[in-house]
Amino acid sequence: MAEIVLETRALTMRFGGVTAADNVNFRLRARELRCLIGPNGAGKSTFFKCVTGLQTPTEGQVYMRGHDTTHWMPHQIASLGVGIKMQTPSVMDNLTVHENIWLAARRFHPPEEANRKTAEMIERLALGPIARNALGQLAHGERQRVELGLVAVGDPWLVLLDEPAAGMSAEDVERMTGIIHELNKTAAIVIVEHDMQFIRSIAEVVTVFHQGAVLMEDHVDRVMADPQVRNVYLGKKA
Amino acid sequence: MQGSLSRDVIATVIVTAILLWIMPLLIGTYTLTVLVIYGMLGLSLGLIWGFGGILCFGQAAFFGLGAYTYAIAAINIGESTLPMILAVLVPAIFAALLGAMMFYGRLTDVYLGVITLVVTLILFKFMNSTAGPQYVIGNARMGGFNGIPGFQTLNVPGDPGAYIWGDAYFYVCAVALAIVFLLVSALLRSSFGRIAVGIRENETRMSLMGYDVRARKTVLFSTGAAIAGLAGALFANWGEIVTPNLFSLGQSAEIIIWCIVGGLGTRLGPILGAAGLAYVKFLLGQQHLIDNTLILGLILVLFVLFLPRGIVPALVSLWRISFGRRPLGRIHQARRSRNRERLHG
Amino acid sequence: MDLSFVILVEMLYAVASLILIGAGLAVVFGMMKVINLAHGEFMMMGGYATITAVGLGVNVFVAMLIIAPLIVGLIGLVVERLVIRHLYGRLVDTMLATWGLSLFFIGLTTMIFGNTTTGISTPIPGFAVGGYQINGYNFFIIVVAVLLLIGILAVLKTTRAGLIARGAMQRADMAATLGYSPDRIYMATFFCGSALSGLAGAVLAPLVGLVPTSGGAYIAKAFITVIAGGPSLVAGLLSSAGVFGVVSQVFTFAISPVIGEVALLIAAVILLRLLPQGITGRFFKGKL
Repeated sequence: MAEIVLETRALTMRFGGVTAADNVNFRLRARELRCLIGPNGAGKSTFFKCVTGLQTPTEGQVYMRGHDTTHWMPHQIASLGVGIKMQTPSVMDNLTVHENIWLAARRFHPPEEANRKTAEMIERLALGPIARNALGQLAHGERQRVELGLVAVGDPWLVLLDEPAAGMSAEDVERMTGIIHELNKTAAIVIVEHDMQFIRSIAEVVTVFHQGAVLMEDHVDRVMADPQVRNVYLGKKA
Repeated sequence: MQGSLSRDVIATVIVTAILLWIMPLLIGTYTLTVLVIYGMLGLSLGLIWGFGGILCFGQAAFFGLGAYTYAIAAINIGESTLPMILAVLVPAIFAALLGAMMFYGRLTDVYLGVITLVVTLILFKFMNSTAGPQYVIGNARMGGFNGIPGFQTLNVPGDPGAYIWGDAYFYVCAVALAIVFLLVSALLRSSFGRIAVGIRENETRMSLMGYDVRARKTVLFSTGAAIAGLAGALFANWGEIVTPNLFSLGQSAEIIIWCIVGGLGTRLGPILGAAGLAYVKFLLGQQHLIDNTLILGLILVLFVLFLPRGIVPALVSLWRISFGRRPLGRIHQARRSRNRERLHG
Repeated sequence: MDLSFVILVEMLYAVASLILIGAGLAVVFGMMKVINLAHGEFMMMGGYATITAVGLGVNVFVAMLIIAPLIVGLIGLVVERLVIRHLYGRLVDTMLATWGLSLFFIGLTTMIFGNTTTGISTPIPGFAVGGYQINGYNFFIIVVAVLLLIGILAVLKTTRAGLIARGAMQRADMAATLGYSPDRIYMATFFCGSALSGLAGAVLAPLVGLVPTSGGAYIAKAFITVIAGGPSLVAGLLSSAGVFGVVSQVFTFAISPVIGEVALLIAAVILLRLLPQGITGRFFKGKL
């Protein structure tokens, strides 16, 4: 078995009287791709924020490659080599595509190397024609793609993506799937997602959240077939 | 960033040389000196606000601190070289401590404004209350609202008798501004500067990419304070007296107005804004028809309403539209536009 | 015994005056998320309005409690229509524009009234407690502050306008979707906030010599009282004015008035560092 790169132990997050994440034990191995699904308010996003350091859990621990990162700041976690993308596109709107990606590359490489990496990434994402455009002028799908580039250019060994396919066209989603698969060759990936079609196309193992806790964790096909899962989540949608 | 630093150096040297030749023919060097000093003060806020997104309501605090440090040190030492260095270091260290307190506490926007403003007021009130003979640092009496007069002014390093004053002092200040301008340019072209702009644009994203936003903002804030401190020391030499009014809210307001009017996110804007408005104020001071505070206030309101990006960026856009080069569409939008979007949501 | 009574009154007075100074700004900030940096000048104009009205033979209490709030409220209305309305949602821009307005009003007042100190005498005589002289007007300030808080609470809790205001404070966008024009809510709010500033300036005017730059003395205190108070209007004002008033008076009695002021400012910095969301961002949540 591959090394465990991400693990949470009894992770619990309470807001006042509400328990948004309840005793979550989660393990992810190197180069694994895992989707987190669940209805709205199931605790996926809270879990995501606790893992990325944007929130500190009330109880429990987070481990990344053996480091206890529970009380770390997001920048410390990112510095370990963890790529993070939040739900809404979060980019530097007044900077160009090139400048955005360069800033991400520069964190892990000296300037010259960063230039080279940036050019490479722009090529890989087919962003060449718009490389000198400011992010603010781009379409939603392009911005998502650039943000994925920001994540990928740091050569992460763990990638955390919150709803990467939200609001994208079919063509964009397809391109994104390709990028994610390529990333997956070197990195373990966690994807929080709603879009079942996208999940089917990309995932093998799925973790289902319900009311803050892990409901089940299994192969995507078995999860989809599970009556309990259909009841809490899919049934309402179909 | 495109272009290279060497091109900046050449352009700066040429423009500085031309201005040094022409300007004294138009305006007296005594007035010019203070315009140059204000230009440097404007640049100090322009750097941290325009490129770092840190709106400091108390830039005057660092200006005043630099001036007082110089005056007190000059009285005690009797030679100007070390006091000049101290006048840069003391505000920088003070700002580093203050900045660390604010940025590590994740204070932003309004809270940053309140704290910087309040700190300025504390210094203002404290300096005003130091009239008694017990307020002494070495041989220097603080003097309360009368300030500190009669300190050693700038001399040739190593020779306390060789004062630099009059025209020569103007040239010293102008060259100092040109050097600071080039240092700021170099800083902005460096990785540190580009990362600072990234932080201005999106703090969360930059921290998710692994940058320690708090530390970087603290360093930038401290750099701005160092420049303001240098401007303060030069101002002390020019005025030959320092008073608590250097710390006044009015002074802070003026620095902000210079930056807005000149243009945020540019290096030249704040300098031109400062020198231009200070000169306008000087001309207005010679008439008594309309109160010049009223005019300054009106200018600020009108700029915020109608030309929030300032004169220099507007001229740059105009130039690009007229001369048809493809717009580079990049950095020259200050943090303010981002606030606008965020709060509209 | 006498001394402790005097100290108690002085503390209450300090708290009350902070409440008065902060109230107008708090209403505008709480409802509209606009920081009005011309707030101090609104207060200063309230003072001048009072003095002018008294000079014209109006009863001093009528001038303070009715004329000054009305005039400043109207000035506020004009300012809102001409400037603030174009800048909603742009927190920093409104701060800058209102800072410009503050300079503008200082200049304007200087041109009209000149750069000299004017003032009116306190309309209520002082009295002695044991060996100490107490300024009777201080009690008036305390009473006005208490009535003001009760008034704000009553309006917010019992009237229809108050209900809309509370809704708009929570979610301005929701109030808009329910059919309440945010434009009109904001206009009314700014009028009320300005009127409160005018009232505060008028009531405090007899205690200070008035110059066109008097506003500067108020704005920082108002600013920190409101920001440190946090999101709740009345509870925030009361708690932060309480903390700052007591701190400044303790240091005033222990050392000197200047140190009292400095202590107040330092307390504000520390408080904001510890509670960046203000006192009511942490405590008394959900209170008005």
